Amino acid sequence: MPWFWEGMKSPIRTLSRRRPDQPPGVTPGRPVATALPPGATWNPGICPVEALQEDSGAIAVEFDRCVHCMRCQQPEAGVAWAYDYQWARQHTPPLPRAFQHSIHVRIIDAGDCGACLSEVRQLTGPVYSLHRFGIYVTPTPREADVLLAVGPVTAGMKAALREAYQAMPTPKRVVAVGVCALNGGIFADGFAVEGGAARVVPVDVAVGGCPPPPLAILDALQRVIGRGLARSGEVRA
Amino acid sequence: MSAGGGARTGREGPERFPARIIYTAAADLPAVVEQLPSAPGRLFLGLVVEEQEPPTPWHLQYWWAEPDSSWLVVDVAAQDPSIPSISAVEFAADWPEREAEDLFGIAFAGHPQLGDFVLHDEDFGESAVPMRQVAGGHGTTAAAGDAYRPPRIVEAPGGFLMPVGPVFSGIQESVRFLLETVGEEIMHAQVRLFYKYRGVEKLMEGHAPDRALLLAERVNGTQATAHALAFATAVERMAGAPAPMRAQMLRTLLAEWERIRSHVGTLAGIVESTGLSVPANHLIAAEERLLQQSAEHWGHRYLFGLVAPGGLTGDPGPAALGAMAAEAERVVSDVLRVCDRLTFDNSFLDRLEMVGVVPPARAATLGLVGPVRRASGAEMDFRRSHPYAGYDQVPPAVAVEVEGDGYARFRVFRRELEASLHLIQQLVHKIPAGPVTAPCSPGAGWAAATVEAPSGALTYWVRLDDHGRIRRCHIMPPSLANWHGLPDAVRDYAFQDFPIILATYGLSVADADR
Ligand code: SF4
Ligand code: SF4
Repeated sequence: MPWFWEGMKSPIRTLSRRRPDQPPGVTPGRPVATALPPGATWNPGICPVEALQEDSGAIAVEFDRCVHCMRCQQPEAGVAWAYDYQWARQHTPPLPRAFQHSIHVRIIDAGDCGACLSEVRQLTGPVYSLHRFGIYVTPTPREADVLLAVGPVTAGMKAALREAYQAMPTPKRVVAVGVCALNGGIFADGFAVEGGAARVVPVDVAVGGCPPPPLAILDALQRVIGRGLARSGEVRA
Repeated sequence: MSAGGGARTGREGPERFPARIIYTAAADLPAVVEQLPSAPGRLFLGLVVEEQEPPTPWHLQYWWAEPDSSWLVVDVAAQDPSIPSISAVEFAADWPEREAEDLFGIAFAGHPQLGDFVLHDEDFGESAVPMRQVAGGHGTTAAAGDAYRPPRIVEAPGGFLMPVGPVFSGIQESVRFLLETVGEEIMHAQVRLFYKYRGVEKLMEGHAPDRALLLAERVNGTQATAHALAFATAVERMAGAPAPMRAQMLRTLLAEWERIRSHVGTLAGIVESTGLSVPANHLIAAEERLLQQSAEHWGHRYLFGLVAPGGLTGDPGPAALGAMAAEAERVVSDVLRVCDRLTFDNSFLDRLEMVGVVPPARAATLGLVGPVRRASGAEMDFRRSHPYAGYDQVPPAVAVEVEGDGYARFRVFRRELEASLHLIQQLVHKIPAGPVTAPCSPGAGWAAATVEAPSGALTYWVRLDDHGRIRRCHIMPPSLANWHGLPDAVRDYAFQDFPIILATYGLSVADADR
């Protein structure tokens, strides 16, 4: 019983959905397209994974490749950063309306470095409190509507990922979290790495970043249930 | 030094890196190791293997850390890959030998269990030797072998084997446990790692250090600073160019900040495993606070992209340092308050006390490291015994407990929070002005560095080629040593104690798997 009172006494830590000004540090931000001053020369070699390219007088960002090495965040790099977290991209329509109020997510670590999984854990913690959105983590594949995969798919996890997907009832969706789950990220060339969840299961929503912060993962999950669409105005089917 | 026949000793490496090297022939290896002068506190760190050009393609280095701030290396050059096993003399070499056998095809004569370790049989087959560089190439084309079968199953009336994983309920890293039992108690536990093997060391080969750094940080993203620091320090030792003083002190501050965040996460895991969700949530929220502060002051929630060969990539300035120290104090005192309340909670204590006991002698045999080792009575801390970065200026207080049970480990993690906070408070006043980077252009050669990561001794061994690119990197992570010791801690305890003992070990799978 004392822990119950302890819980009642502690301040509310959960971030509000209505507050547009989230505390600093909920996102590391990300590089965004930047116009180059006329006649300026710019060195694309700054990015170790070729996520930045010069394209007709501007720096173009291929965010799906970015591993958050933070090198282009240095002021002298000349690349603009946005401190947003609506990073998810949706490839298929959301789950039917019946799922709007409650979905169950199964989480598969397909070989992550620990940071992506840590961000998923924070998302279910008191600050982000995932279940207030009607999104629950489930241990059983038979109950799962969404499979959330982190990490590049390693040789050792390929079969487990495929089996987890096959065991889920339809309709079902797959969310790939982090640049590793998008395309293998920094590990893409490894002999023990398949590279990207899409090699094994069909990916419906992808969120890049290394790692994507909890709010970016939340954005991805909300898109799966069709809540992310209105806000961003982006409908891709 | 009395060493086996044919052994000679020597020194190699830059001055800041005192390693005593014993060169020996493969046949004499077990005798040399057996006759090493006894040194309580000596720790086996790992086994480095390289394939070089003929006629002696096999180059092995067995690494120990000595209690007197130096390292001991037994160096073997051999013509063929048949080397006697030392695991009967140095039990901590058990897994490193299995790893080298799997990746290089070295047959360690006398090792009781080789095969199916890093490369799972169902994925690769036994003839794959992906780490070989000269002969055998990068070959991983060997057809997959048989489906996995546990090497042993308990033979007792009513005995059965319970496999768990690699995928668990909730949010867990992928790993498999095989628990053997005849009922309530675990008679024997096997840990099957490397489902998450990404081959990081192989991926580093051929890259310049600043590119390989990205991989080092992402071996274990939750302890990225420790990995980057070990890697960068090894590269700087090779270049003979230490980072500037301000960078060294800032690295120390970052490493302590990371230790606090990591330990808060471990404590949250321990509390969660006992089912007390209110205090567990409190600690998870504290960890998030530290993640946010990391991003606010240093750009990245997990401190990626800061430590680099030559120093640091940025300097947050004095205001940010003061703010970090104040925030560390706020969060740590909040966490300590929760921990202290837990020590009055019988339902919590009952589940940790006298559970998962590893006596000091056994912890030494197993070669356990970090907080887990310190909870079994050893004053083993590389920040003090082998100072690096700025630790010679701010030697930390080492938290030691003697019981070796779950509660002792909980108390060590808790006390280390206090010690790290104290270090940060000292550091903000001691960090000198000046640049945070210096040129670092290493030539060919090898070097190593050991740091005290939040979970224990972490060693990077790096060899660069003539172009300054990575020819071979070998990582000796703390979690591999401690995973090796986990079965001992859970033996003869009840099934329901297993998740709790596991949590008190504070293990990372990614760290061990690489
Ligand atoms: S932060 Fe991303 S885009 Fe920028 S340099 Fe690093 S990897 Fe490239
Ligand atoms: S995307 Fe980055 S943070 Fe996530 S698992 Fe991969 S390396 Fe780790």
